Amino acid sequence: MNEIINAFFEAIHLLVTLDPEVMEITLRTLYISITSTVIAALIAVPVGGYIHFRKFRGKRTVINIIQTLYSMPTVLVGLLVFLLISNQGPLGDLHLLFTPGGMIMGQTILVLPIITGFTILALSGVKDEIRDLSLSLGASEFQAIQTIMHEAKYALLGALILGFGRAISEVGVAMMIGGNIRGYTRVITTTMSLETSKGNVELSIALGIILLAIALIINLVLNYVQEK
Amino acid sequence: MERNTKIALLAVIIIAIVAIAGLVFSGFGQEQTLKIATTTSLEDTGLLPVLEAAFEKQNPNIDVQFIAAGTGQALEYGKKGDVDLVMVHSKTQEEQFIKDGYGTQRYVFAYNYFYIVGPASDPAQINGTNATEAFSRISAAGAANPDQVKFVSRGDNSGTNTREIQLWNKSGTNYNTTVQGQSWYIESGKGMGDTLNMANEKSAYTLSDSGTYLAYKGNITLVPYVTQGKDLLNIYSMIPVNPEKFSNVNYNASMKWVDFVLSTEGQTIVGNYGKEKYGQQLFIPLAGQPEPTK
Repeated sequence: MNEIINAFFEAIHLLVTLDPEVMEITLRTLYISITSTVIAALIAVPVGGYIHFRKFRGKRTVINIIQTLYSMPTVLVGLLVFLLISNQGPLGDLHLLFTPGGMIMGQTILVLPIITGFTILALSGVKDEIRDLSLSLGASEFQAIQTIMHEAKYALLGALILGFGRAISEVGVAMMIGGNIRGYTRVITTTMSLETSKGNVELSIALGIILLAIALIINLVLNYVQEK
Repeated sequence: MERNTKIALLAVIIIAIVAIAGLVFSGFGQEQTLKIATTTSLEDTGLLPVLEAAFEKQNPNIDVQFIAAGTGQALEYGKKGDVDLVMVHSKTQEEQFIKDGYGTQRYVFAYNYFYIVGPASDPAQINGTNATEAFSRISAAGAANPDQVKFVSRGDNSGTNTREIQLWNKSGTNYNTTVQGQSWYIESGKGMGDTLNMANEKSAYTLSDSGTYLAYKGNITLVPYVTQGKDLLNIYSMIPVNPEKFSNVNYNASMKWVDFVLSTEGQTIVGNYGKEKYGQQLFIPLAGQPEPTK
């Protein structure tokens, strides 16, 4: 028990002194997770919107598949992306294996279904009357979609945060695709795993606190934005 | 619209973080990279960052990157051309790797010994025996009393795991039928450091390279019982991945690394590593000498 308390104080020390390695790892983690979330959002929101606003056969099945993929194991994504971008794989010429670019690719794939699914959910949350009303007021189909998107923007923001949370906290893709290279692909989760195995609990706890703090800050910002 | 201003502000902050971090991590200059797949034992001891720092001082345009894996996995990365060089310790696997055309040549650079370590109570009574005798005692005691006598294996096709299986078979115990799958035999599926920690938690025996054991000695209570002999000899080598097979590998940088590790400076680093931190030499330099046989 003492060890945990000491480790906790050591962690606080690493944080307040802005330990350069801890900062570097944190910044890299943010960079990779934010980039993948943004790329995923640019794809997923329009796709989610399309699925929601269009009527087509098998729509229910498509939505079911997307929801199943929420729980896609990160190690499975790691394996698939590894096979894709390994030198012998179809995308081998891009040389993305063991680079942050490869990790971004993997996390984007991981986050895509979540943002798509929650976009659909967010849009379904907007009452049908709003669409009917805007159409009856003379809005074009496109303008009506814009209005609905606007109404749903906080729920959409929530979808992004959820996707980001999945990206920043996963370890499978980061380890298998990034290779945990010090100063290059090492992120918070892979460092925690490595340092714990070395018995360096202090650093792991410090990084764990940072991970939690990021989640907290994001939630605070989201709340702030949502305030009337 | 105040809300829109807030959202715009948020967007600007996010884009700024991404842009700045992207700029930092993409690297401003055009650096070459040298990707090296290594065994976890070299990573866990902490030798590699020291070699890396000295090498990068001499070759500031080459960024060395280590990917720690077991020997088996490191060689797999090499077979796909995903890394430029491998640093491993399993001679038969290495020779096959070269024979199949994936690697150019073995450059041995250091050796030490595997240690058979176990709980202080030594329930299988292996103290004072040799490697094969110790293994046969562990398997016999484990089969008779699986609650008291346990063995943790890496089970990950690493160099250490390969040696361990060879030792079971050499000790007159059939690995497939009387070791693997038995209740006293635990496969951790992890690197050397993790496996030592697990053996420590479970008061079990395990086979460890001496470097990792000495680096972890402060945190665990396991005792080394068998530490010498031909069967426990552990030779580390470097193999550049064959550029004729994979045009993308950086053979030039590989050879610079090989030359550096085999140089007087590199070998001094290898030989001195650990004396200060662990009070003991972890690796014995081997450049320019015949491979030891005992």
